[in-house]
Amino acid sequence: MKAKVTVMLKQGVLDPQGEAVRHALGALGFDGVEGVRQGKVIELDLADGTSEATVTEMCEKLLANTVIESYRIEID
Amino acid sequence: MKAAVLQFPGSNCDRDMAVALRQAGADVTVVWHKDNGLPDGVDLVAVPGGFSFGDYLRCGAIAANSPICKALVAHAERGGYVLGVCNGFQVLTETGLLPGALMRNMNLKYICKSVELKVETAESAFTEGYGAGDVITVPIAHHDGNYFADEATLASLRDADGIAFTYLDNPNGSVADIAGILSENRRVLGMMPHPERAADPAQGGTDGAALFRTLVGQLANA
Repeated sequence: MKAKVTVMLKQGVLDPQGEAVRHALGALGFDGVEGVRQGKVIELDLADGTSEATVTEMCEKLLANTVIESYRIEID
Repeated sequence: MKAAVLQFPGSNCDRDMAVALRQAGADVTVVWHKDNGLPDGVDLVAVPGGFSFGDYLRCGAIAANSPICKALVAHAERGGYVLGVCNGFQVLTETGLLPGALMRNMNLKYICKSVELKVETAESAFTEGYGAGDVITVPIAHHDGNYFADEATLASLRDADGIAFTYLDNPNGSVADIAGILSENRRVLGMMPHPERAADPAQGGTDGAALFRTLVGQLANA
């Protein structure tokens, strides 16, 4: 089984990389890009039967820093 | 007074840290990250700067989960002293020994230069060699030194006199200009600037030397 973890900076935490991407898109002539947030995707290959609770624990302990980041888990 | 300097793959200020502590009179052992324990009788554990584990995932995140960091946390929980500089500060926030987190610099640039710091409190073994309000010049060298803490955390830091150093001219976007903070028991200091790079006249400045001198002196007398 596979799990996909998406880690993003929390709303309210300034994302300077996203801002830089937004500026660059504007410089390329793409009007109307009002905000960009940049995060990361972590794909996990897991033994069958691994519970979502275990993946949540992985996020809390290592994959995300919950002081500044939120995470979303999708399991296939 | 016995000090341990932790060494991870990618640490690059471990030697400077050991030299600064030795010059101040400490008996220093360098400890590899896979070791399970610290040397007996260690008074201070120093977590040096660098790029532990290539900054993979997040700066300090992998190091914070290494075997030696379990011993580091146990040392701090017993009331032991800990100094984390630069990547070491990032490691300490990742272990939860210090609140908040260090994010990418606001201007996205790696910054390497000397900066002026204001000593916010002299009430700690690390800072009592300075006077509160003193301005010292210490180098920074980091890409992820933008300190973040939420309002509640900032309020408790302020209430506890836990802000050790602030930048006079904020280089990286840190909230409240914070350059270094103390734990509640005032025995854990994390800071982005490098006092070990300003500890000898040959380095071009000695404003960091007082930190090591008073820290080692205090612990030797304890």
